[in-house]
Amino acid sequence: MTSTADKATTQAVETVSLTIDGTEVTVPKGTLIIRAAEQVGIDIPRFCDHPLLKPAGACRQCLVDVAAPDREGNVRPFPKPQASCTMTVMDGMVVNTQHSSETAQKAQEGVMELLLINHPLDCPVCDKGGECPLQNQAMSNGRTETRFIDVKRVFEKPLSLSSQILLDRERCILCQRCTRFSKEIAGDAFIDLQNRGAMQQIGTFNEDVLEFDGYEPIGVAAEDESGRAFSSYYSGNTIQICPVGALTSASYRFRSRPFDLVSSPGISEHDSSGSAIRTDHRRGKILRRLADNDPVVNEEWITDKDRFAFSWQNLSDRITRPLVRGEDGQLHEASWPDALAAAAKGLRAALTGDEAQGAAVLPGGRVTLEDAYAYQKFARTVLGTNDVDVRTRTASDEEIAFLGSSVAATGMGVTFADLEKAPAVLLAGFEPEDEGGVVFLRLRKSVGSQQVFTVAPFLTRGAEKLDATLLPAAPGGEGKALAGVKGSTEASEALKADGSIIVVGERLAGSPGAYTQALALAKRTGARLAWIPRRAGERGALEAGALPTLLPGGRSVTEASARSAVAQAWGVDALPEAAGRDAASIIAAAKDGKLDALILGGVTPSDVTGDLSAAIERTGFVLSLEVRRSEVAEAADVVLPVAPPSEKSGTFVNWEGRLRGFATAIKTDAMSDHRVLDILARELGVHLGTGTVGEVSQQLGALGAAAAGERPAAPKVDAVKIDAKPGADLVLASWHQLVDEGALQDGEPYLAGTGRTSVARLSRKTADAVGLKDGLVTVSTQYGSLELPVAITDMIDGVVWVPAKSPGSWVAQELGVEPGARVTVKGGM
Amino acid sequence: MTDSDDVWKVNRERDGAAEKFESNLPEPGPVGKVFAPVAGFGVTLRNFFKPTVTEQYPDKRDTAMPRYHGRHQLNRYADGLEKCIGCELCAWACPADAIYVEADSNTPDAQYSPGERYGRVYQINYLRCIFCGLCIEACPTRALTMTTDYELAGPTREGLIYEKQDLLAPMGKDMLAAPHPMVPGTVDDDYYKGDVLKVVEEQVDWVRENRPEDETLPENRVSEAARGK
Repeated sequence: MTSTADKATTQAVETVSLTIDGTEVTVPKGTLIIRAAEQVGIDIPRFCDHPLLKPAGACRQCLVDVAAPDREGNVRPFPKPQASCTMTVMDGMVVNTQHSSETAQKAQEGVMELLLINHPLDCPVCDKGGECPLQNQAMSNGRTETRFIDVKRVFEKPLSLSSQILLDRERCILCQRCTRFSKEIAGDAFIDLQNRGAMQQIGTFNEDVLEFDGYEPIGVAAEDESGRAFSSYYSGNTIQICPVGALTSASYRFRSRPFDLVSSPGISEHDSSGSAIRTDHRRGKILRRLADNDPVVNEEWITDKDRFAFSWQNLSDRITRPLVRGEDGQLHEASWPDALAAAAKGLRAALTGDEAQGAAVLPGGRVTLEDAYAYQKFARTVLGTNDVDVRTRTASDEEIAFLGSSVAATGMGVTFADLEKAPAVLLAGFEPEDEGGVVFLRLRKSVGSQQVFTVAPFLTRGAEKLDATLLPAAPGGEGKALAGVKGSTEASEALKADGSIIVVGERLAGSPGAYTQALALAKRTGARLAWIPRRAGERGALEAGALPTLLPGGRSVTEASARSAVAQAWGVDALPEAAGRDAASIIAAAKDGKLDALILGGVTPSDVTGDLSAAIERTGFVLSLEVRRSEVAEAADVVLPVAPPSEKSGTFVNWEGRLRGFATAIKTDAMSDHRVLDILARELGVHLGTGTVGEVSQQLGALGAAAAGERPAAPKVDAVKIDAKPGADLVLASWHQLVDEGALQDGEPYLAGTGRTSVARLSRKTADAVGLKDGLVTVSTQYGSLELPVAITDMIDGVVWVPAKSPGSWVAQELGVEPGARVTVKGGM
Repeated sequence: MTDSDDVWKVNRERDGAAEKFESNLPEPGPVGKVFAPVAGFGVTLRNFFKPTVTEQYPDKRDTAMPRYHGRHQLNRYADGLEKCIGCELCAWACPADAIYVEADSNTPDAQYSPGERYGRVYQINYLRCIFCGLCIEACPTRALTMTTDYELAGPTREGLIYEKQDLLAPMGKDMLAAPHPMVPGTVDDDYYKGDVLKVVEEQVDWVRENRPEDETLPENRVSEAARGK
């Protein structure tokens, strides 16, 4: 299926043959006995063993009887049973597991008895009860009766490691899966083994806090290995891999039992990685989400946001019936036919008449492929405009040229596996830990064998964990920085190695010439290019053509042949010729009263730099397709309820270009955006043909990718030099942290507590020039200001960094500018 | 009727249609033959002189045997805390899927049961319950037992879904209504072992402070005599 699989089959693999329980098995050399046994369907009990973690041999539950040939070739038994999770196979080895060896059976029973000595009998109150490997294996491989009559060890319970993660040390069997995960995979070591012998336990680090450095979480937190407050975006995975109930989450605590839950596979709606998740629900209510196993994408890990941020879908402000603004100016519940008629009337008024100024569509970046396709088809065939843009963020024409020429409809490009294997990776306008989700984990997997360069104003803690080299650049100056990667610079030399990758993020849109330079750098070094946006729907929307100057399949609106190809496929006479306006221009036009109608999907005004609320106010007719009574819905004229991701099926296209289809987890009456637009179009007398996912994928398949000459030309924009100097006027740097106050994280206080405290970052020199008062600064523009505590950071001078939407730091709403803009910074409040 | 419609034909053929019925009972004697037409009244006559067993329900309601499988009850500890920890083992054991439980965390402000967990929602659907008692066997804290109450009928379906407040045992003489803190110095194990035998002053003080109107406080308790009036 993938290139990895192809290579594995073509390479000659050295194999060894051994016998397990009398069954001959041939496996690649270096395979662990426990894995070889799995291949022939022999189950060996285990706790510490995890296929994605290094072998530890900590729990000793997997003891088996092993005999191996000695130097003369005589098969001789080992004197004692061996841990099958740490011993690799050997030619001629004879392994007897508990199924065929009494020694192994007795050894396993003994280990189980030891593990249970201090394990409390609190299964009825334990969250793991019913899906607990210890419970199950105590039944299958333990003694039938206990001989232990003494008092069990007691600890204070539970210990809050963070506002989300709770540790119950009594239940711990010291398998070290959690500590190994946090050290090997996430890089946020926060708990470790303490003491020895019978007193051994998992505990938190107790050193004094080293210094305030701005990565502290909002809620309670234990200290991590470095003495800082523990803060990790991946800590939820430790709960899932804990083989007992020692680690539990505050949000799922005591909420349900495994036998109550219906599990549905799905795809996370939180980032562009398209992580596979499992949604567990009871009586139509989601109770938890877990990572699903998808070796080519997220392996078995997801971010805490993927795992815990789901309650937004079922908060009390959920809309289940259409709303229409009545004569009294209030929104009233209406029937579907009435609401559709009202919506059609409003849109028709905007499209007909001599003074009609037309309509525009802003679907928002969280749409599925099908929804994005329906939005843009609706705009182009029903509204007769190209004014459709999912990018309610920093955007530029250069970006569209880049996306249209190099990303859209190019199929699978760089993959997760490629990222992992790349000898060198250059990141530009992209912070893997904050904006990439599990991309960070893949990069971290290769620390030591991979060189990482990051074009950023400073090295974040995430970048430090990747052992990255900083190529300093002020926001807006990334183009020049990328142009500087040439000749015999370290980065340039490293990128020339075969398989190197340049990762560009969506923030480069705010940096003129950066995409042009990234393309040039890729050409210069031979490195491959990957575009990793932040939101889940961006890549799908690009494929579907929900951009003002791109049609489906990467076709340019300005190419007549591209237009006619799409028009033919859709069975319409012609498509609108005029290039559409981008989101910022649409909002600006609406604000000036130059739009008669606006269709809004999942757009949050506080995320948009332009004044969207004012734009909605001025626009004659606003139609909102919403899940909740959001700010947009409250201000709209007609609100049509749509399904949240768990209640619909569809496809997210992840940044690799991989189609990540998902089925409905919870069946309700709620309709997906594409279906709502289909029936609305019917009301307006147009057959959109987007009623089902199948119809849309059929149309997308028929359209295919752009033919030669139908794509936009590659961008050619000059990079600009950013003059960032310490003083009162600083360049604003900002991006979204993974856990912040985004709309999809509403209603989840335990997760919010693991988000990082908002700080403004300044270099020592800049801070001195600004003059701090009480460690606080005020960052202001003509629109507003932010007051934040300062974290002195080793970063380039003349730049101030603030989080984009963390508590007390809503940049788009409060400052009204995009990163790269000049802001005034002064000390104190 | 055709031959094929006559379903008894096979039987008749097998048994021999003309075979005569022969009784296995012994042939009655001459006296027996005389009284044979009125012999059936003997049973009636005999019962004239036996005590009556007719239950005068609902005018007179008898108690069932102590181990009768009647309506469930959620028990309390001696200090009034609930025994149910919301573990759902009863729901798990139930072959009729009649029990629905949702648990939640006890908090210092609202401690309903000893330990960390309590049953927030507890429902038994008596339209489904088959009174097998497997839930009782499954309960790890003896929170759920069965009473001898057999009067489980009602006019609505909803009414036969008993909620937690319908199932909770009535407050004993000295019990204090939950929520209130555990006896100071005890852990949940002490409750499970049966070491907590009465309400202590600290618990009464806590309830006095937080719910002064509570009817189970000693000062608010209505005496038996007053209740009688």
